[in-house]
Amino acid sequence: MKKVDILMAGVGGQGTILASNILSEVGLELGYDVKKAEVHGMAQRGGTVESHVRWGEKVYSPVIEQGEVDILLGFEMLESGRWSAYLKKDAVIIINRYRIPPPAVNLGKARYPSEEEIESTLKSGSQNILWINATEIAKELGNPAMVGVVLLGVLSKHLGGAEDVWLGVIKRMVPPKFQELNTKAFLAGRQI
Amino acid sequence: MKKLMTGNEAIAYGAYLSGVRVGAAYPGTPSTEIMDNFSRYPGVHAEWSPNEKVAMDVGIGAAYAGTRALVSMKHVGVNVAADSLFYVSYTGLKGGLVLVSADDPGMHSSQNEQDNRKYARFAKLPMLEPSDSEEAKQFVGIALEISEAFDTPVMLRTVTRISHSSSPVELSEEEPPGAPPEPPLYERNPGKFVMVPAYARQRHPVVEEKIKKLAEYAETLAINRIEPGDDTLGIVTAGSVYQYAREVFPQATFLKLGMVYPLPEKLIREFASRVKTVLVIEELDPFFEEQIRLMGIEARGKDIFPMIGEFSPTLIRQCATAAGIIKETPAQAEAAAAVPAPVELPIRPPILCPGCGHRGLFHVLREAGVLVLGDIGCYTLGSAPPLSAMHTCGCMGASIGVAHGVAKAGVKDRVVAVIGDSTFFHSGFHPLINVLYNESNVTVIITDNSVTAMTGHQQHPGTGITLQKKKTAAVDLEKLVRSIGFSQVDVCDPYNIDNLAKVLEEHLSSSQPSVIIAKRPCVLYTREKSTPPTVDPDACVNCGVCLELGCPPLMQAEDHVTIDPILCNGCGLCIQVCSSEAISR
Repeated sequence: MKKVDILMAGVGGQGTILASNILSEVGLELGYDVKKAEVHGMAQRGGTVESHVRWGEKVYSPVIEQGEVDILLGFEMLESGRWSAYLKKDAVIIINRYRIPPPAVNLGKARYPSEEEIESTLKSGSQNILWINATEIAKELGNPAMVGVVLLGVLSKHLGGAEDVWLGVIKRMVPPKFQELNTKAFLAGRQI
Repeated sequence: MKKLMTGNEAIAYGAYLSGVRVGAAYPGTPSTEIMDNFSRYPGVHAEWSPNEKVAMDVGIGAAYAGTRALVSMKHVGVNVAADSLFYVSYTGLKGGLVLVSADDPGMHSSQNEQDNRKYARFAKLPMLEPSDSEEAKQFVGIALEISEAFDTPVMLRTVTRISHSSSPVELSEEEPPGAPPEPPLYERNPGKFVMVPAYARQRHPVVEEKIKKLAEYAETLAINRIEPGDDTLGIVTAGSVYQYAREVFPQATFLKLGMVYPLPEKLIREFASRVKTVLVIEELDPFFEEQIRLMGIEARGKDIFPMIGEFSPTLIRQCATAAGIIKETPAQAEAAAAVPAPVELPIRPPILCPGCGHRGLFHVLREAGVLVLGDIGCYTLGSAPPLSAMHTCGCMGASIGVAHGVAKAGVKDRVVAVIGDSTFFHSGFHPLINVLYNESNVTVIITDNSVTAMTGHQQHPGTGITLQKKKTAAVDLEKLVRSIGFSQVDVCDPYNIDNLAKVLEEHLSSSQPSVIIAKRPCVLYTREKSTPPTVDPDACVNCGVCLELGCPPLMQAEDHVTIDPILCNGCGLCIQVCSSEAISR
């Protein structure tokens, strides 16, 4: 059973926590030992959020070690750019092309890095970068909050596991009235 | 069957399975979800007490009455509850009592990173520390058994990475023991439970004897275990750090301590005799290391690993490599050699949410140029730029007392205290009485968002709803402060900037102590949202005044400001501060 370490990075309010919960439950259904660690800062909205999800035969630490991340799932460009040191050499980087400027940028006191700059810093870790317009896709589906499930759809292609297993967990973990929308969002991501 | 649970969920589950029927807590990261989860089990009483000391006394009362009780709080909450913790260590109890202390190494959401293992030694009571959710569940049961067998409260220590990490937990098919069919008569025993000096002197030797017996018991306790491995290195560790160390030293011999106080001396000696080097790996203070050295055993620890901050597998590997204990792996060497492109990534500090009522208050305070003695809650974020309108923050309830002290010392600045509604109920009342009693003209602003917001929207004595979602009496803040003798009291909406500024000026120019209640319910809790305004790019003169509100949806575009309608909550503060009337809806 191959060990898989997945790191999610985003901004509070983007749905990172729900996505990491779904990913952990899928791992358990697929027969892995699973651990998950997350840190959400003091702010309810707008702060940095990181979530570590680890699947393996036996997982000790809930926190992933530097150089061990197999997949980086970036919900926001700047937050994704911070993790190059954590990537394995052949890590897959799935990154949402979406910017949420931090306060200093809004105030004109710092510059938001360009797509090229974020790509170049991540490439010191791994060359394997996949840009996804997940927020755009979620908006087209009618709800920008679906971004996490779109990204899970993309991720599912790299992780394996039957479509039914993924969809079953998603249905279990979202309120009934959002099940259809979440299913659509997952499948939209999976088709990319 | 297994279920993924956070450490906090598992503690609540373990307490329920073990027949705990009374739970009390005050919310605090990373402990909050323990009582939240416990409250959902059938047949239990769970409450948000006004503060941790009250919660501790509630738990003690339940345990005195013969019921098993759970009390939970964050590490600094134990400081508030400490007075009670120390007396219950002397009296003992009847039903089992567990105090969960959720520590926060790395200060993800705290004002310090004190190591609460020292409280066990200080208050002379046992402490257990789980290393994953399954252990968190089991250790609650073990703690309750120890509590009843040794007539002592037991502490269960977690850290953020245990409380907020998820791992599989085995579900039980057994039903928890139910309540007794008839309520028992309270057993009156003044010699044991009335801690006047004469009785307390008789209890102290009992406490010392208890700790000795517990140390003997620790020798045989299965949760203190040696995990055999290579004999060159023997690692003593516990809790989350055990998991990190297991990753970094897969071959080593381990002494994994489930009971972190008192320590099993014979077991430690036996362990030390089996290995060439004893290495103690522990976060924060050298708690094990000092005790092991006192036993006369040679050990390494803080000469290699830091006393500051949170540990991780990465940090342990780096420190052990630097000390020559392990060799650098090829992957590590490669990672070290791979220098990332020099791109400056701006930080993303926590900020007040869009639509937050605190923003209007701190805008007014900044413009007034007053000295703001602050407190703990979401509103502490008013200290961050661009609002920069809070100048002290130490612990829960400190604001009003500090403001009084500053006023008594005498400064040129005009002085206000800012405290949240939940924090006021926690520990703001006594310093407020002091302002009246010892006469200072401090203006106290209670910033009332009608919920304990930062920890995730818990109820409090002012909301009229209990943790278990029952309607109850709501303390009216305005009536309360008037009834104790304040005559200058105003309730304002911080969304109305001009009015709040006018009221503040009136209070500051009066010579008497006064209270302003800035009331605006948390929009994340009420889920209220108004139409987002838009900026007319032709009318915008790009002066930047609206940006000084530090509201996330307001962004600098090329030559004007824009508003992101997805992020915006529609509070309209920016419309009020714009002098060129460029913002409207």
